[in-house]
Amino acid sequence: MIDQQKLYSIWVYLQAEPLFWLTLTIGSYLTADYIYKKSNLFPLLNPVAISIFIISMILLSFNIQYERYFEGAKFIHFLLGPATVALAIPIYKKWDLIILNSKAIFISLFIGSFLAISTTYGLSIYFELPKELILSLIPRSVTTPIAMGISELIGGIPSLTAIITLITGVIGASLGTFVFDFMKLKKMEARGFSMGLTSHGIGIARAMSKDKNAGVFAAVGMGLSGLITSIIVPLFIKFIF
Amino acid sequence: MLNSIFIIFLFQLIGELTQKFLELNIPGPVIGLILLLTVLLLSKKYELKIIQNLKFNIIISAENFVKYIPLFFLPVGVGVVMHLSFLEDNLVKVLLIIVTGTLVTLALTALLMEKLLQKNIKND
Repeated sequence: MIDQQKLYSIWVYLQAEPLFWLTLTIGSYLTADYIYKKSNLFPLLNPVAISIFIISMILLSFNIQYERYFEGAKFIHFLLGPATVALAIPIYKKWDLIILNSKAIFISLFIGSFLAISTTYGLSIYFELPKELILSLIPRSVTTPIAMGISELIGGIPSLTAIITLITGVIGASLGTFVFDFMKLKKMEARGFSMGLTSHGIGIARAMSKDKNAGVFAAVGMGLSGLITSIIVPLFIKFIF
Repeated sequence: MLNSIFIIFLFQLIGELTQKFLELNIPGPVIGLILLLTVLLLSKKYELKIIQNLKFNIIISAENFVKYIPLFFLPVGVGVVMHLSFLEDNLVKVLLIIVTGTLVTLALTALLMEKLLQKNIKND
C-alpha cells in the first residue's frame, strides 16, 4: 500500500530543492534536442521552444508557481553569463575571416539594426499600441539583458521586454531557415549574421548547430547589434516622441 | 578544465564590475566577451607564453559551454510562457509585429550581407 502522507511529504521535499527542477530542465532539454537531431535539425522543432513547452506544461498541470521553479533552475540560468563570455573563443578562432569581411559586416549591421527598430516601431504605430508597450517592443532584437536595459532607459517595462525578446528569438530561430531557403541565400556567414542580429542568443544556438561559420557570424551579429542598438534607440526615441 | 572555468568566470566578473563602475548600458558578460577576445588577440600578436599555454584548455572548455547555450535559456523561457498574460488583449498584435518585423529584418539583412561578402569563403 502506498502511504499517501509519505508520498505528499516527498513531493513537498522535491519542490523545495533545486535537484528536481535542475533534473527536469536538463531532461526536457535532452528530450527536445533528441527530437531536433532526429528530425535532421528541422527548424520548427527548435529545441528551446520544445523544452520550454514541456517544462511549462508540467508546471501548469501540477499547478506550480514559476518562482518556485526558477528558485531551483536559476543555477542553469546563471551559466548564460559565462557562456556569453565563452563566445569570445569561436570569434577569436575566425578573427581573420571577420576582418576580411569587416566592411560587409558594418554595412549589414547598420542597415539590419535600423530595420529591426523601424519595422517594430512602424507596425506598433499602425496597430495603435499604447506608448509603454511600444517602448517595450522596440529593443526586442538584441540580447535579453541589453534589451531590458534599453527598455528601462527609454521608459518601457523591462520584464515585458524580456518576454518579447525571447519570443523574437524563438520565432527568428524557427523561421529563419525557411526565409533564407526561399530567397536561395547560400552563404552561411550571411545567414548566421542575420540570425544573430535579429534573434540574439537563440539565433546563435540555431546557427551554431547548422554550421561553424554561421555560428561565429551569428555571435558577431548579436554582439555588434547589441552595442549599436543601445546607442541608436535612445536617439531614435528622442527624435520620434 | 578548472583553469579555464576560472578564466571565463574571472572575465565575466571583470565585465560586471566594469559595467557597474562605468554605468554602461552594455551587460557585464558582453564586456567580458570583448575583454577576453582582446586578450586572446593580443597574446597571439605578442606571443605571450602564459596565455598561449592556457589557450588550448580555454578553447576546449569554452566550446563545450557555447554548445549548451540553448539549455541556459530555458529557466527564463519558461517564465515567458507563465507570464504571457502580461500582454493581455495586445497578444495577437504583438505576435504579428514580432513575426513580421523579424521576418523582414532577417530576410533583408541576410540578402544585403550575401551581396557584400567576399566571394570564396572557405569552411573548415
